Amino acid sequence: MTTPAAAEILDRWTVTRNACKLCTPLGACLAFKGIEHCLAFLHGSQGCSTYIRRYMISHFKEPIDIACSNFSEHTAVFGGGVELHTGLDNIVRQYAPTVIGIMTTCLSETIGEDVGSLVKTYREARPELAAALVHVSTPSYRGTHAEGFHDAVLAMAEQLTEPGSRGHHLNLLAGMLSPADLRYLKELFADFGVEAILLPDYSDTLDGVPWDRYEAIPPGGTPLAAIRRMGSAQASLELGHILAGRERTAGKSLRDRCDVPLRSLGLPIGIAETDRFCRAIQEITGAALPARHEAERQRLIDAYADGHKYVSGKRAVVFGEEDFVCAMALFLREIGIIPVLVASGGRTGLLEAKLAELGGDSTVAGDVDFLTMADLAKSANADLVVGNSKGYKLSKELGLPLVRVGFPVHDRFGAARLLHVGYRGAQQLFDRIVNTIIAHAQESDEIGYTYI
Amino acid sequence: MSADKKTISILEERRAQVLEVGEGTTGTLACERHSVAGAVSQRACVFCGSRVVLYPIADALHIVHGPVGCAVYTWDIRGSLSSGPELHRNSFSTDLREMDVIYGGEKKLRTCLLELINHYHPKAAFVYATCIVGIIGDDIDGVCRKVAAETGIPVLPVHSEGFKGTKKDGYRAACDALSRIIGTGDTSDVSPHSINILGEFNLAGEAWIIREYYERMGIQVVSTMTGDGRIDEISRAHGAKLNVVQCSGSMTSLAKRLKEDYGIPFIRVSYFGIEDMAKALYDVADFFPDAPEIMDRARTLVTEEVSALLPALEPMRRDLAGKKAAIYVGGAFKAFSLIKALRLLDMKVVLAGSQTGGPEDYEQLREMCDPGTVLVDDANPVELSKFIVEKGVDLFIGGVKERPMAYKLGVAFCDHNHERKIALAGFVGMLNFAREVHLSVTSPVWRFAPRFAAAESGDRP
Repeated sequence: MTTPAAAEILDRWTVTRNACKLCTPLGACLAFKGIEHCLAFLHGSQGCSTYIRRYMISHFKEPIDIACSNFSEHTAVFGGGVELHTGLDNIVRQYAPTVIGIMTTCLSETIGEDVGSLVKTYREARPELAAALVHVSTPSYRGTHAEGFHDAVLAMAEQLTEPGSRGHHLNLLAGMLSPADLRYLKELFADFGVEAILLPDYSDTLDGVPWDRYEAIPPGGTPLAAIRRMGSAQASLELGHILAGRERTAGKSLRDRCDVPLRSLGLPIGIAETDRFCRAIQEITGAALPARHEAERQRLIDAYADGHKYVSGKRAVVFGEEDFVCAMALFLREIGIIPVLVASGGRTGLLEAKLAELGGDSTVAGDVDFLTMADLAKSANADLVVGNSKGYKLSKELGLPLVRVGFPVHDRFGAARLLHVGYRGAQQLFDRIVNTIIAHAQESDEIGYTYI
Repeated sequence: MSADKKTISILEERRAQVLEVGEGTTGTLACERHSVAGAVSQRACVFCGSRVVLYPIADALHIVHGPVGCAVYTWDIRGSLSSGPELHRNSFSTDLREMDVIYGGEKKLRTCLLELINHYHPKAAFVYATCIVGIIGDDIDGVCRKVAAETGIPVLPVHSEGFKGTKKDGYRAACDALSRIIGTGDTSDVSPHSINILGEFNLAGEAWIIREYYERMGIQVVSTMTGDGRIDEISRAHGAKLNVVQCSGSMTSLAKRLKEDYGIPFIRVSYFGIEDMAKALYDVADFFPDAPEIMDRARTLVTEEVSALLPALEPMRRDLAGKKAAIYVGGAFKAFSLIKALRLLDMKVVLAGSQTGGPEDYEQLREMCDPGTVLVDDANPVELSKFIVEKGVDLFIGGVKERPMAYKLGVAFCDHNHERKIALAGFVGMLNFAREVHLSVTSPVWRFAPRFAAAESGDRP
């Protein structure tokens, strides 16, 4: 629900001031990092790849190599076909990738490059090429990093999978989660005794081990052979309420092209959403919730009881990528915190309707930047801020603590290891939120209670 | 690691940009080339060049005209400190959408500029053109002219379309914008013993350290460009008697222009390491022979600072002696100083490279470096990792993109990029640098790295 006062604030500025979103190719790069032996290739200027590398490295603390065709003025006038081909040749020589994820940029899209046909020409000219080529259109002026991510996953589903006779495995299209989240989901499926193909899976490539020898492409990721088998899965689980509202998704493509049944669910953050997720697995496969996960669930319920008074009735500003804030808002409601302002730079227009449908009366602001968010938050009478590290200035201005979640987290250590999903993730989030509120009270109190 | 030596090869198109210094090596290192497609260059683009140079001007408005990416990746990107306003630490963008790309973004740019100027009252505005602005043909010069006339502040277009050259072209575009501000201010109170500090960006407060040295010598610093920069100071810069240029890649074009337009001579300096820092002070003192007390004060300053510094370096030097270092930096000037600073610590430089070095830079590096040192221009992760492994590097000096590859391979790291939080310039900077290098190289964590783990394997479960 948007009040007239909030509507006036949202209408005030044309300019974007401190954007709460990133550009489309970054999301696609993240998705391609989750493919085994894959190299991402940006068809555009040198800066695009370098900026995205730097931005992602600052969060993940891992080497992130992204190639580009490095447009010059000549390329911009005459087209970048030659540079694309040279670039692909060079990364094949330097990296010998199994998959190459080719993305466009605002530049190559604006000059009207037909990357699909350039890639086709390249493939025809290199019959000996072993690498699979996937291409996706990712102009920065269309959508945000979330669209780039989902479009890249969709492109992989469309270009790399094929129908096959029904198997027993599941597809898990988990969305933009942390490496720790992905690792947890894999563990959960292993404990269920169910084979799941996780697309993408950057749990190892973006939270890796040290090397005893140079690794041009760090080990890990969804193998190409596994992606090819996604067309013969028993079912697909696709996570994200906002994603479910998109016309085309990887899950829908697999359903329509390969007859793989699709279950759309929210990101499993909190007990209710994790229950739905686990129930879906049970319903599809008949497997029971493994005992240790049931135990984690029970301990979480116990902790909710122990900690509820510290959080009940507290008011939070939540921001970030749309699916993530949607899930986070639901989680906060579940523990008794009121998400008074739910904001995102995403502009699918689906966030407000989704949160209304799921209950509650938060002010929901899509296509919003951080300074407008600050104007909205000033009258929200909030107690804490939940979101990525780019909200630090906002939290400082409001004098409120920031619980860092999601992407990016550039000002704290261990971002790749932040766990959000499942009973275990909810436990960690709950502990962090309770302690943040207690610490803030302790620091702003003269007495400084030594018992909580 | 030995197997890697055979498997990591350098792309054919890149071979001329890599050279090993040898006894009597003659050939020159190829440089100033457009990065090879698919090579995964560590360079950025024209926009980046302009953005980093102008970014520290704290009382100006900086707006990026284009889709949101370029603005969001440069939000609060440098550790350039301001002693006052912090408008520069925001990220303003016209955030062009599909319809803007089709119908043009001039109107939106104008609206955005007026909104921001009316709200923040900046002293000037810089409008950065990104890739597609050059393609869709927005007349940003025209928009800037009109908004300047309406608002009464300088509104300066920065032609930084990403694909129109390299980072160096971005530096030039930034210098063009600066030169339009210089000459507009009052210089009546500028001293005959005055300088501008060019190419110093006040990372971790470095410009303040340098400024304080010059002021102790009795010199007036008219402006720093652009660290802790202010439009008013820059507008008076033409009154200074000498331009002192660091980071020669970014600011030499401006220094040359000021020489042509105002007859102000310039000298090149570096503030890294004892030797270069002292020279930067003496060279300026030399320029003012009419005031010998300036040189006297410079001598006193250097003596005081160095005599306090050397004993503090000594224990670290003992630990670091003989360790091998690799340097890969943006501008080559930093490499010269770093080589000297590392030598002071008895370390050995086995790799030196830069993103944007010119022929003279590499010639100078070749003369400075020992046989066996690899020189590389516009390197990429594969090449840098190859030499880390082949040369058995103990310390890597670079930026954010190089850091994880060093750590993966069990190599200590010193951040010498624009995100650093510790001042590395000045005499105190040499001490900080030594401490940073020492704490990373001697950290106990490396013994668990696979590179050294053989020695530890006896204890493994």
